[in-house]
Amino acid sequence: MTDFAMSSSGSPGTLNAGILRRREVLERFSATALTFPGLILILLVLLVPVLWLFWLSAFDGAGDLSWANYERMGKSIYVRTFTTTFRIAIIVTVCCAFLGYPVAYLMSQSGRRLSLVILLSVLLPFWTSVLVRTYAWLVLLQRTGLINGWLQDLGLIDTPLALVHNELGTIIGMIHVMLPFMILPLYASMKAVDPSLMLAASNCGATPAQAFRQVFFPQTITGLSSGAGLIFVLCLGFFVTPVLLGGGRTYMWAMQIADNISLYGNWGAASALGVVLVVATALVLLAVQFVLRRAGGTK
Amino acid sequence: MPGQVAIREVSKNYGAFVALDDVSFDIEPGEFITLLGPSGSGKTTLLNVLAGFTRPNSGSVQLDGKEFLTLPPHRRDVGMVFQSYALFPHMTVMENVAYPLKLRKIGKSERERRATEALSTVQMDHLADRAIQSLSGGQRQRVALARAMVFEPRMMLMDEPLSALDKNLREHMQIELKRLHGMLGTTTVYVTHDQREALTMSDRIAVINNGKLMQLDTPSQLYDFPANRFVAEFMGESSFLPVKVSDGTARLFGNPIVTREPWSGDHDAWLLIRPEKLAWNAPQQGAANRIQGTTREVIYQGDSYLLDIALPEGHSVEVRCNPHTAGIEMPEPGETVSFWIKQSSTILVEDAGQ
Amino acid sequence: MLSEPVTRTQITRGQRLWLYIVVGLVMIFLVVPCLLVVPMSFSAGEYLEFPPKELSLRWYRAFLGSQEWLNALWVSVRVAVPTMIIATIVGTAAAWGLHRRTDIFATGVRGIFILPMLVPLILIAVGVFFVYAKVGLNGTIGGLILAHTMLALPFVLIAVGNGLASFDMALHEASRSLGATELRAFLSVTLPQIRISVMSGAVFAFVTSFDEVVVALFVSSGENETLTRRMFANIRDQVDPTVAAISSLLVGMVIVGMIVFLFVGRDETQEH
Repeated sequence: MTDFAMSSSGSPGTLNAGILRRREVLERFSATALTFPGLILILLVLLVPVLWLFWLSAFDGAGDLSWANYERMGKSIYVRTFTTTFRIAIIVTVCCAFLGYPVAYLMSQSGRRLSLVILLSVLLPFWTSVLVRTYAWLVLLQRTGLINGWLQDLGLIDTPLALVHNELGTIIGMIHVMLPFMILPLYASMKAVDPSLMLAASNCGATPAQAFRQVFFPQTITGLSSGAGLIFVLCLGFFVTPVLLGGGRTYMWAMQIADNISLYGNWGAASALGVVLVVATALVLLAVQFVLRRAGGTK
Repeated sequence: MPGQVAIREVSKNYGAFVALDDVSFDIEPGEFITLLGPSGSGKTTLLNVLAGFTRPNSGSVQLDGKEFLTLPPHRRDVGMVFQSYALFPHMTVMENVAYPLKLRKIGKSERERRATEALSTVQMDHLADRAIQSLSGGQRQRVALARAMVFEPRMMLMDEPLSALDKNLREHMQIELKRLHGMLGTTTVYVTHDQREALTMSDRIAVINNGKLMQLDTPSQLYDFPANRFVAEFMGESSFLPVKVSDGTARLFGNPIVTREPWSGDHDAWLLIRPEKLAWNAPQQGAANRIQGTTREVIYQGDSYLLDIALPEGHSVEVRCNPHTAGIEMPEPGETVSFWIKQSSTILVEDAGQ
Repeated sequence: MLSEPVTRTQITRGQRLWLYIVVGLVMIFLVVPCLLVVPMSFSAGEYLEFPPKELSLRWYRAFLGSQEWLNALWVSVRVAVPTMIIATIVGTAAAWGLHRRTDIFATGVRGIFILPMLVPLILIAVGVFFVYAKVGLNGTIGGLILAHTMLALPFVLIAVGNGLASFDMALHEASRSLGATELRAFLSVTLPQIRISVMSGAVFAFVTSFDEVVVALFVSSGENETLTRRMFANIRDQVDPTVAAISSLLVGMVIVGMIVFLFVGRDETQEH
């Protein structure tokens, strides 16, 4: 009331303006404050540790500022790890796209019951611990394992195949872990396609194949690229499955970081590897953003 | 009687968009005021300012002489009826209506007594234990009303509460709402974009466009004395013909017309054509206020015909005509027609000032 | 399903058969490894076999009879339950705050909240290990809870954010105008309406913590070793069928959880 009395003598547009502005700011701040506990936690347990590692990567063994940790990455052992990691990441991403697309497609186009069954078969591995699934693959693929046993019983092979403790086993296990991450976003983008568009396309004279290629597929690129981007990024830093299924022979980036710490205690080298990993991850995510924006723009 | 509202210089902008531009008016205790305007005109923004959901940039609203705008929504004591009803789906009918009383720390038995009373006012007491999901649209509407009035608010706010109902039910509820308002006598601010609804229910109507108050008047004043072309256009079926006023004489296509009020100065204006105010058969009036044109099309519309008439200087007008009340034969396309505007019905308006 | 017009999917019958076969094979690929450990865990032999020649509960007894395994399970529970509670509260508060503020600032904060999902886990693990070494949090339950809560935040934020996106804000406003304070309106109207989203956020948080391996590998040790860390070491160093019994129990948990959610979800859809 006092505010009214004070400001009523002012020019139009200033009546109560001060107190209303203060209320607005207060209200905004209280909404913002709700995010503070989470932000503080992320700052302390994520940003501080990771940035500290960035800082460490700039010092050599003697504690001097140098590029040594980064220069070392030219060495053949590091180069081999990089190429292995990227090769596996690409293979897994491509395989997930090819295996996941038909599954998501059928799930989005079929009736309630069938799509629920498919969804459950995707969610079961999605919710099951990575450790459990990796363990299951180890049991399935080992020399005395189920698959070799069956193949031998059927007389298809004489000696057991080396299916695990190598890159093949790693890739199979990783595809199994990553596939749900492809199917779920693809399904979401396919579900959003207006079914009448396909009727419109065929009405315009498109064959089913043309309608699929020219109308349906372009609208699922958002789901495809977000799934692929997520999988590629996860593959670059993946640890559990390659350690357990790679048998020490398949050496990936994350393993190199872990070994630098647990075997050699070389924080500088591990940190530099981490920085490069973060940069590679960021670049992939930016590329996905770019694709998404362009796909969004053409709609 | 409490419920006197004084709205002063209320302005709200979102960036460059001006939602409310210096709006001021008074609402008398117990009055039923309708905010009428097209979508995006600012009528809902003004209602949300009164409810406390939108904070204006400046201005003042006083309720019974006390500043109201700086109060948070929960301390304003206004009953609001939402467009979507906003009934709580996880509560029964009774729990919904008793909710505001519970918040006011009223004991359980008293709470139920008052909630039942409010429900019986809207004839919903027999469904008190139902879940909200099992109610029809009209029933939800009644529960929302009961919930908004059960705590005897100082003012009722209604945001297009009938827009989700079908036509028959809507007209029935309009009468019901009017009855309720007469019974309770609570100051009510009602938002709608339906001019017929506004005319039916309101003591006074505030026509709003582009965030500005165009005119605040009783329904009949708005209809017969619109302040500008926008208000005239919004109230009832209307067409406009350009008129030039010079030396106190208004001219339509060069011919002087006799107007209701004297006009002075030199300016452009519009002659408002309302179908029910036209005379189709008045040759005794001669050339005074006669408008002649050529019929282009005659469209049958059940109770009436729609005539598309070409006028001089490239103008045209579409008017509705009932052959029985007009006492004429419907013209054929290509025929010349004449109609007259009585002096008492000549309404000249100007464009809404910016 | 037969009533669905063929033109809608633009797939002819021949192509459909091919599609069904491919999808069927991928579904087998996805599901079989998860389920296979269950029958194998009941084998009586020293090694895992399928089908088991003789059924027994030998490996379940081995699990339940081992102080180390039970202790590891208990550590995981003591970490996962507080993680679930804290992450759900903190994440829901943040989601509500961001829902009420829709500007550049909110977009930026949302980006920060998604970071734990995007930064490679191995880097987080190494970094947290490094910082915890300075403050003496390595090998403590509290340290694990902090790290796991941070990892779980984006999942809660996304789940609750989705719930809020489909929540009718008029309900919240109605509650306010009827006399409820901001907090009261949130607790009595908004929260009951988004409870399914909050619950799924909580489940995500619990599972994130309970299944987390990499951070636990670095940060938990000795007395406070988690179940996953012990399982990891066990699988890497020797294939002990006890892990099959534990895995079966975990798969069983997932299946029970999925069935419960299926029914809760159905009740929810019937309600609206």
